[in-house]
Amino acid sequence: MLKILKYSFYDLMRSRWSYVYFFFYLLLGIVLLFLNNNLSKAVITLMNVIITLVPLIGTIFGVMYYYNSKEFTELLLAQPVKRTSIFLGQYFGVALSLSMSLILGLGLPFVFYGVFMSSAIWDFVLLLITGTFLTLIFTALAFNIALANENKIKGFGYAILLWLFMAVIYDGIFLMSLMFFEDYPLDKFSLIATMFNPIDLSRVLILLKLDISALLGYTGAVFQKFFGTNFGFVVSTAVLSIWVLIPTYFIKKQASKKDF
Amino acid sequence: MKLFYILLFTLFLSFPKQSAYGNTLEVCSSCEYKSIKVAIAQAQDFDTIVIKKGLYKEMNIVIDKPLTLIGENYPVIDGEFKGEIITITSDNVTVDGLFIINVGTSYTEDYAAIRVIKSKNFLIQNLKLEKLFFGIFLEKSSDGKVFHNNIIGDAVEEYNSGNGIQLWYCKNIEIDQNIVTHVRDGIYLEFSDFCKITNNKSRENIRYGLHFMFSNDDLYQNNIFQNNGAGVAVMFSKRIKMYDNLFKDNWGSASYGVLLKEINDSEIIGNTFETNTIGINIEGTNRIIYKNNHFTGNGWAIKFRGACYANNFTENNFLYNSFDLSYNSKLNDNKFDHNYWSSYTGYDLDKNGIGDVPYRPVKLFSYIVNRTPETIILLRSLFIDIIDFSEKVSPVFTPDNLLDNYPQMKIITND
Repeated sequence: MLKILKYSFYDLMRSRWSYVYFFFYLLLGIVLLFLNNNLSKAVITLMNVIITLVPLIGTIFGVMYYYNSKEFTELLLAQPVKRTSIFLGQYFGVALSLSMSLILGLGLPFVFYGVFMSSAIWDFVLLLITGTFLTLIFTALAFNIALANENKIKGFGYAILLWLFMAVIYDGIFLMSLMFFEDYPLDKFSLIATMFNPIDLSRVLILLKLDISALLGYTGAVFQKFFGTNFGFVVSTAVLSIWVLIPTYFIKKQASKKDF
Repeated sequence: MKLFYILLFTLFLSFPKQSAYGNTLEVCSSCEYKSIKVAIAQAQDFDTIVIKKGLYKEMNIVIDKPLTLIGENYPVIDGEFKGEIITITSDNVTVDGLFIINVGTSYTEDYAAIRVIKSKNFLIQNLKLEKLFFGIFLEKSSDGKVFHNNIIGDAVEEYNSGNGIQLWYCKNIEIDQNIVTHVRDGIYLEFSDFCKITNNKSRENIRYGLHFMFSNDDLYQNNIFQNNGAGVAVMFSKRIKMYDNLFKDNWGSASYGVLLKEINDSEIIGNTFETNTIGINIEGTNRIIYKNNHFTGNGWAIKFRGACYANNFTENNFLYNSFDLSYNSKLNDNKFDHNYWSSYTGYDLDKNGIGDVPYRPVKLFSYIVNRTPETIILLRSLFIDIIDFSEKVSPVFTPDNLLDNYPQMKIITND
């Protein structure tokens, strides 16, 4: 598996898209920092970008990579290599190279700006951690979609639909249900509903760390009480990990069953 | 003629104590007067009592004649937590340069470091007050001045702490250049008219930096209210003038830069509201002019709670607030014109400095949050940006006449 991971990783490192992705974040970081001159504001803007763009790029890139390397995968399958190690290797190769582009692309300008000397360091680290988690989650979901669909167009369609659902439609349904049941106590419900969407969970985690919780009023207090404690942090990290583990498990399951 | 001079001279000699300028009495451990109380008892009207450096364990000092008390090098008056320390009941009293500590705490009486009762023309200045219950308490007094005092409390809870400077049924009082920290309410006015509150700093108080009720025709200028538990609350008053104050860092789930309730016919001009949860919270206030204020980085710059009519917002700057405006009804009778909004995205083709497209300060999301507060958890979600945009294009829920017809293209500088 490690060999295939290494191969996928180097393959992607050589490809144009990783560089485009890397330079995009590099440029974004530089522009934000040197136009804004305010580290914590830059972190907020970055959050807006990360929670929408990272999942989108993760899904599209995952699906694209799977379909592009399909012939090579079929060649590999003819060799005496375990199936799961082929697919998991590919998955981690993609996810790791995307995460690396993200971390390096955003990290470098911030390091040069002096993030280590600033109090925003933990916000920034949290931002990168959630970004990495989102990459892992959405690449895994994309692989699942690609494995389930032979048809490229269908695969892409589902992938984009998945992103659209998680980033936009889910919040719409969430909002509607909050407004519909406004006569009932909704704190527990909104806590749980946030947990079920990794994008929302990341957003809330970062927002609370950025001391915006006072703005959130009573609901914010409930959230702060939950996420502000070590328990809450452990739970949210666990939930994000589960969000990585379950799709990965399904990749494994699908890969061992799939007929090529 | 010579005879007249001699007569005058002898006259002077024979009534030395009745001269209009008064005598000077000194208080210290080796002086004729060892305690302040004795000195006051012996003093005649318009005398000056000079208190030398030292520690005086005294309380319930009543100044019942027009005297001037001056401390040299900040003598310490220690009340030993027993009760009130200085009470002024006479007109024309000056208290200057004392260090007063350890005021008693009571749940039935408002013990103060200095209390002024039914007096006129007093001057309280250069005092340092520490470990206090109430600081300077003025009741039914007028025409006095509270100048350059430094009040440092150690309040932890609201119920067992007092206010820094409190006015009750007062008139024509000037409160200038005081610093008040760590008490319950920094400056508190009740039923006090025609007062001038200028150049004070009120910080880190448990409840309000400034609090007034039923106090009309007052002026608040150049004050700084920073990091107070609940910001500033002003209620049930008319004809208030608030100029050039700074309201900053009042950040918490129940904090306001300013909370206005039932305030009418007032002017709020040139103030700065920076990083407060809510810049101004408005409820039942009418005919107020908001001009040249700066709202920077607040959660809500202005939050309307209802029953607000004929307010006029002109030439204010709204910079990077999470919400510029929150409005809770479809009816609008307030004017928002010629302001600068940092989130304005319109254009100015004729280059006259005024945007060609009107700006709508109320976002759909702020309307939703008003209805269902829990929805705020969706703040900064992509979905919210999308519905805000669609509402901006064609307003359905937000009042359609609530707009700035002349949004400025550049930040307004008023000096």
